[in-house]
Amino acid sequence: MFSSFMMNTWIAGTAVAVIAGVMGFFAVLRGSTFAAHAIPNGAFAGAAGAGLLGLNALVGLAVFSIAGALGIAGLSRRSRPDVATALTFVLMLGVGALFVSWSTGYAQEAYKLLFGETYGVSADEVTPLLVLGAVSIAAILVMFRPLMLSSALPEVAAARGVSPQRMELAFLLIMALATSMTVPVVGALLMFSLMIGPAAAARSFTASPVVALALSVGLALVTVWIGLALAYETNWPLGFFVGIMGAGFFLMGQAWTALRTRSLITDGGASPTPA
Amino acid sequence: MRYIFEPGFFASGQVHTALLVGAVIAITSAVVGVFTVTRGQSFAGHSLADISVTGGSGAFFIGVSQFWGYLAFGAGAAAFIEMIGVQRRRGRDVATGVVLGGALGLAALFLYLGTQTSSTTGATFTILFGSLFVLTSSTVPALIVSALIALVTVIVLARVLLLSSLSPDIAAARGVNVRLAGAVFLMALAISVALSAMVIGALLSTALLIGPAATALKVARGPVRAMVTAAAIGVLATWLGIVLSYDSFYWRPAGKGWPVSFFIVVLVAGAYLVTYFKPSRPIPPQPAQEHTCSPAL
Repeated sequence: MFSSFMMNTWIAGTAVAVIAGVMGFFAVLRGSTFAAHAIPNGAFAGAAGAGLLGLNALVGLAVFSIAGALGIAGLSRRSRPDVATALTFVLMLGVGALFVSWSTGYAQEAYKLLFGETYGVSADEVTPLLVLGAVSIAAILVMFRPLMLSSALPEVAAARGVSPQRMELAFLLIMALATSMTVPVVGALLMFSLMIGPAAAARSFTASPVVALALSVGLALVTVWIGLALAYETNWPLGFFVGIMGAGFFLMGQAWTALRTRSLITDGGASPTPA
Repeated sequence: MRYIFEPGFFASGQVHTALLVGAVIAITSAVVGVFTVTRGQSFAGHSLADISVTGGSGAFFIGVSQFWGYLAFGAGAAAFIEMIGVQRRRGRDVATGVVLGGALGLAALFLYLGTQTSSTTGATFTILFGSLFVLTSSTVPALIVSALIALVTVIVLARVLLLSSLSPDIAAARGVNVRLAGAVFLMALAISVALSAMVIGALLSTALLIGPAATALKVARGPVRAMVTAAAIGVLATWLGIVLSYDSFYWRPAGKGWPVSFFIVVLVAGAYLVTYFKPSRPIPPQPAQEHTCSPAL
């Protein structure tokens, strides 16, 4: 399990988990879960296009995920964000369907992009992953305070001169960057599960944003590590374990919240709001 | 005329089925879509399509009819989202995302186990992108009946749904069970989306659900006009897409026809972009304001 062949997989998985934990925390806090689903999945059309032109898949992924981020942010100016996301997303997938119909024998490759191929990560793939990952984490850290403020209290942020539209655009662009390098390794579907499950669970365990962010990264790491070990033992797809564990953590978080609320009431303490 | 309709267009039985089923799905999706957009549940609409696809691949694996796999997973997911979803929109989107994440994990497993026994990598594609031209006529009656059930449910509930979407407090004060209305709507949405995902793929299902409805809500005044406009746009885009896809058979580069999903999506998105810059009508008010109290998420 820890042979040299697997080392790249462990390193890549760990990097992806850290990125997904951080990006997912903000996606959940901002209510951008639909965008978190749309950008990685829509970007896959870019990989199909790059395949047609004989380019590196990473180029296609980057172009399409950035175009997706711009499309969502642009359309959101004058329509509801969920409608803007849905239309950008289907447009990207429609173009993807066209590309796929043009190319021949692409099905296996596409399966890989959707569901990932975690085993057999080569050293050439690990380096761009680590570099781009470090860049996206650095970008989040640089704009940490305004991003946190505009995510948690959009009105206060706007009053302090943080433009919500610009913040959304910046956030989506970082998401696009993070996505284009994680998708070839773990797949679009798994990236989404890994962003949402641990982050949503973390928020039900604690009210402090910094602790929740750390918990989100921690849960994502645990999910990936256990998932990799189980997938190695059973030969089942990693995406299955990650998806199920993410949902499981979330349900545990919900149960924890329910229990805590009940114990507050029975202790005679001030119950927050009658449910 | 010859240049618009390739020879043989009207003689083909496949085309007849595609035109008929396409219209039924487009009308149902458009009407349900008007409420979906007004209630801000686009993400749920898309997720239910993806999740019912998981049911389809699961049914394929255990050997049950795909029809029931799609419906069972769609309805089950709708119930689950409603159960854990809090009423605030952000919390609801997170609940939808978690259910979708779990279901996609299952999809990965089903497809993996499926490909162990037979070669079905092509199935991944038909499932995601679908094709109106590969419909079997045996599923058509069951499909139309289920679509009508979803359509009638939504139309009967129209007044209650509109009131509880636009102003949950007034609806509650008038004795409307807002939670129940939401649950019934989500179930109708699940049925309609599961059917269209089965026939035209998860991608097209979302396009027909959101695109025509969002366009109609920009141009039409009043909910009834919006529903009629949306249905008209949906049917028009679907039929035009079918014609174009049929025409494209000899187009470059592949010489095997461009996918019908591509044309429909481009037409639907194009219609929205045309109305996008129309300034007059304000965006409908946001549903489910923050003051409906619920556990923090």
